[in-house]
Amino acid sequence: MSAAVSILPAPQLAALNDAYRKAVARRRLRTLFVVVACFAALFVAALGAEVNLRTFIEKIGNFGSYFDRIFTLEAGTRVWTDVNEWFWGWKKWLSLLGETVLISYVGTLIGAVLAFGLNFLAAENTAPSAPLRFAVRRFMEFCRTVPDIVFALIFVIAFGLGPMAGVLAIAIHCVGALGKLYGEIVENIDMKPVEGIRSTGAGWVDCMRFAVLPQVAAGFASYTLLRFEINVRGASVMGFVGAGGIGQELVVAVRKFYYSDVSAILLMIIVAVFIIDIGTGWLRGRLFGKEARS
Amino acid sequence: MSRQPDTNTQELRGRYPDVFNRPMASRAGVPAILVAALALFIFGLNELDFSPARMWTGLRELGWITMMMIPPNPGSSLPAYLHAMGETLSIALLGTTLAAVFALPVSLLAARNVIPSAWLRFPVRRFLDSIRGVDTLIWALVWINVVGLGPFAGVLAIAISDFGAFGKLFSEAIEAADKKQVEGIRASGGSAMHEIRFGLMPQVLPVIAGQVLYFIESNTRSATIIGIVGAGGIGLQLAEQIRVLEWQKVSFLILMILVAVAAIDWISSRLRFAIIGRRAVA
Repeated sequence: MSAAVSILPAPQLAALNDAYRKAVARRRLRTLFVVVACFAALFVAALGAEVNLRTFIEKIGNFGSYFDRIFTLEAGTRVWTDVNEWFWGWKKWLSLLGETVLISYVGTLIGAVLAFGLNFLAAENTAPSAPLRFAVRRFMEFCRTVPDIVFALIFVIAFGLGPMAGVLAIAIHCVGALGKLYGEIVENIDMKPVEGIRSTGAGWVDCMRFAVLPQVAAGFASYTLLRFEINVRGASVMGFVGAGGIGQELVVAVRKFYYSDVSAILLMIIVAVFIIDIGTGWLRGRLFGKEARS
Repeated sequence: MSRQPDTNTQELRGRYPDVFNRPMASRAGVPAILVAALALFIFGLNELDFSPARMWTGLRELGWITMMMIPPNPGSSLPAYLHAMGETLSIALLGTTLAAVFALPVSLLAARNVIPSAWLRFPVRRFLDSIRGVDTLIWALVWINVVGLGPFAGVLAIAISDFGAFGKLFSEAIEAADKKQVEGIRASGGSAMHEIRFGLMPQVLPVIAGQVLYFIESNTRSATIIGIVGAGGIGLQLAEQIRVLEWQKVSFLILMILVAVAAIDWISSRLRFAIIGRRAVA
């Protein structure tokens, strides 16, 4: 192959090479520094989290054998050889699963309605007053930073055991999460319709209803469906603290070593989450076209 | 204000018949959905034992609890709480890192532009989906059975549930990468591994780093709760104090969580801006 590129004379080339090497060396040094910092942080974290590799290596076999055990019936055969025995409690579990989905639905709806009311007060372009906006924003931040299961723990004591605590916990968390997303949509709208409506002498509520709402309704619905899906997952563990749904049954099965029950309930949860995932995805695609999916 | 003459609407009706006389199906659609949603909502309230009386007593109780929470006071257990908080942060950091390290190779297998064959991609994606379908708390329960109570179970729980999430997010980032660089490497005689290393990775790594940092923040939140089932960290203290109704300590712990999450949020968003620039942060 003949070289088509003319090579520079050596002195010029040396200067360029020098500069190049210096630049690369500086970058390498920085990367090295970052890597060392990362490893140091990880090392400290490993100490803090009591990571013990020896226990891990000794016990990692348990992980495999745990899955082996949860797929084995008491009779010693594989679970799928006797589906009737495996899903012996399917009626109870199915109704609990229904309760889980219902908790998520009611919680999401309450949360969405409250977030809907609040977000117009929190968005920069529609907020009627700055102090109110500040207060609403801090409130929503609080709702979404405290994990929903912590709310559930407290509500179980205030409202008693049962799904009501779970619903309220999900609703509160939902207010924070949806309020933020809604507010972001509202901040991105075109303000011209709002000015148009305002110029006819309409009040704040009318402006929201006729200028803002038509622009944001599709985005709101899309986020709400997404949140519903997330909340189904969240509701499946509400039972861990006694706040209703299938989690209670699962935690009992895990703690009392009813192995095949664990796999049956887990499988039902996964399938339910799948179905809802696909269902809401399809619905969002139908309602708002492909681009609103992500 | 002068009023428009009424004949104008008549004329408009004539001019735009499809605006004023929409077909029945599209006019009834939205109210029908709303009515159905409301009916399901009321059925749900009924099914889940909601009642005004319960709501009222519950709210009163809640008001009382809130009163008891003020002022937040850790009592004498502040060192224990700080230690637990450190544990929580360690769990979040370590779990996220482990997940990212293991998810990167798997996400390559799930990306369309790396593995064109749907037969290999499909099972990998379903595998990641089913891992994501199980909540972190459930994974924590499983790991407690394997490695025993303690923060290590928490690390593994966070790692495995994030593994599913990262696998999906990374593979999407890889699919969104520009294929010109990859083709350039191939044209200059690079092997498949070279294509990934020099064509894909430089494009994908900043995106991935941004996602990992974001997850460290959201995992700080998850790590605060896995203690509730016994997997270490501040959740354990929180659940215990709630059970024994020490409300002042509870409110102090919640405040600690809020502050820690805000701090991690601040740090990770600063780092994210430093890595990928302000505009690329979605």
